[in-house]
Amino acid sequence: MSKVKRKKVYGLAAEYDTAKGVYHACEKVRDAGYTVWDAHTPFPVHGLDKAMGLKPSVLPWIIFAMGMTGMTIGISLQYWTSVVDYPTIIAGKPLFSWQAFVPVTFELTILLSAFGAVFGMLGLNKLPQLYHPLFNLPAFSRVTDDRFFIAIEVDDPNYDETRTRKLLESTGAINVYEVED
Amino acid sequence: MAVAADKLDPLSGRKDLVEGHPTFHDVTEAVCAPIESPSWRWWVAFLMSLSVLGILGIALAYLFYEGVGIWGLNNPVDWGYAIVNFVFWVGIGHAGTLISAVLFLFRQKWRTSINRASEAMTIFAVICALMFPLVHTGRPWLAAYWLLPLPNQMDIWPNFRSPLLWDVFAVSTYFTVSLLFWYVGLIPDLATMRDRAKTKTRRIAYGIFSLGWRGSNRHWQHYEKAYLILAGLATPLVLSVHTIVSFDFAVSQLPGWHTTIFPPYFVAGAIFSGFAMVLTLMLPLRSWFGLKHIITVKHLENMAKVILLTGTLVGYAYAMEFFIAWYSGNPYESYAFANRLFGDYWWAYWTMVSCNVLSPQVFWFKKARRSVLVLFIVSIFVNIGMWFERFVITVTSLHHDFLPSSWDYYSPTIWDAATLLGSFGLFFTLFCLFVRYLPSIAIAEVKSVMPEADPHHGDDHE
Repeated sequence: MSKVKRKKVYGLAAEYDTAKGVYHACEKVRDAGYTVWDAHTPFPVHGLDKAMGLKPSVLPWIIFAMGMTGMTIGISLQYWTSVVDYPTIIAGKPLFSWQAFVPVTFELTILLSAFGAVFGMLGLNKLPQLYHPLFNLPAFSRVTDDRFFIAIEVDDPNYDETRTRKLLESTGAINVYEVED
Repeated sequence: MAVAADKLDPLSGRKDLVEGHPTFHDVTEAVCAPIESPSWRWWVAFLMSLSVLGILGIALAYLFYEGVGIWGLNNPVDWGYAIVNFVFWVGIGHAGTLISAVLFLFRQKWRTSINRASEAMTIFAVICALMFPLVHTGRPWLAAYWLLPLPNQMDIWPNFRSPLLWDVFAVSTYFTVSLLFWYVGLIPDLATMRDRAKTKTRRIAYGIFSLGWRGSNRHWQHYEKAYLILAGLATPLVLSVHTIVSFDFAVSQLPGWHTTIFPPYFVAGAIFSGFAMVLTLMLPLRSWFGLKHIITVKHLENMAKVILLTGTLVGYAYAMEFFIAWYSGNPYESYAFANRLFGDYWWAYWTMVSCNVLSPQVFWFKKARRSVLVLFIVSIFVNIGMWFERFVITVTSLHHDFLPSSWDYYSPTIWDAATLLGSFGLFFTLFCLFVRYLPSIAIAEVKSVMPEADPHHGDDHE
């Protein structure tokens, strides 16, 4: 039984050595109509979202919802313990003396909003994800140092090995690699 | 003698934030080198910190065995070193959040060189602070339960109208949010450490904590949004924390505590003391770790300006307290303040004023703001002065209250002093571990403020 093992391909990765290079390359890839692709940079490059044609993040809505949840928990915790479960008159104040309940409500709003920001961000990014095909590419280890990459996946409807490679080469990439899955 | 001036970029007219035109790779190398090959100085600092931490271990072990009787507390002065140290350490933490969140919102790009280490300082300072409420009863296994919003054996809930309970929520939220903010900032740099790792242990450890970060721009998009909103959340949070800490005093009826100026006065003092601690930590760090081109003299000068501003604000608050004590016509209030100046604790009061109000005034001079030696000496003075501020507020107000028959003099014991000293051991040990294993400068953020990071760098238009 001899069978030629066909390697599975994740896509093509192009390497750039400047932020400017990857920025203009992204504009070209976007204009060529690709959708299943990504840019990888050592730091957030200003304006790259626009160059890639990304829609704004939905994260603020998640954070807002979490913040409102925190506020509701804060108010209802204090209302329920002071008015419903064990009403106690303290310093002659009304049972629901809401002014005194502001600090705890505020802190819980901030706390849950922060949870929304961090865990919402990780969720939207599908992290933690310890394995990714791009890590198979030795050159990719410099993406956290001083190199910039564009990776176009085979799943993109426009993907065609020779045409896509040509496009990437025409954007001034210093190298174009095929990435195994 | 001419005062040294910074060279400015001929195009933007601003100073380059990183000196010597390094490449992105040079920045990575400069920050990672001390982690990958530590200097002998690190061992000296670490072992010294560790031995001071040992003192804390002994002080706490004896406290748990014997109880709070080993401290110098007495009847009018029921709050002593534990609350003084708690407020001191929480205050230290505030500068880290100010640098990481408030300066971020104000687009102060120079913050990128110092924000990582300052945030670490915040977290370690808050750990030191949180220790005191936990141990101040001498029975921490009970205190931990009382602090939580849980009903007691009689089904009574904690009193949500009490500032002490607000404090529990404020400081624990502050700690959690600071930790998350710090960690989010660390993720890309942990990935850098992972990709540079030479040993398997390092690759796995940094690999796990970097969560598989691969610099994807689709990720950066959510990441930057999360970071911006966290900064927006941390800003009111940091103001609320010391405000609520000041409520512990201000909401009570005691002369010297019962004042409306406390919240802003505490917040200004917190930022003041925190910046001093940032300088105390940063001056040796930049010199021992070869980071002088990233944490430049200009950075130090900016911090000196913040210290001058907040120190003067604190001086204004001291003066205003006296004015109101006189203007109110309240004899108890007037007595409390006269007692601070000329009473039994006059030495503590004058130490506080000289360190906090007088010593930062040298920063009106550019030469002093740019002198490492002057900066270091003043930062130590401010640390001492701000500790004494909390001592003065707590002890002078308590030891002479309304009724002369209940007055008493408070003097700390050797165990009070050992706990205070030991908390510094905890703080410096944690900070040493941080600079040894984590990048002490935000690599990705520093790169993003370098001129080459701009995708239109070198273009003629704009």
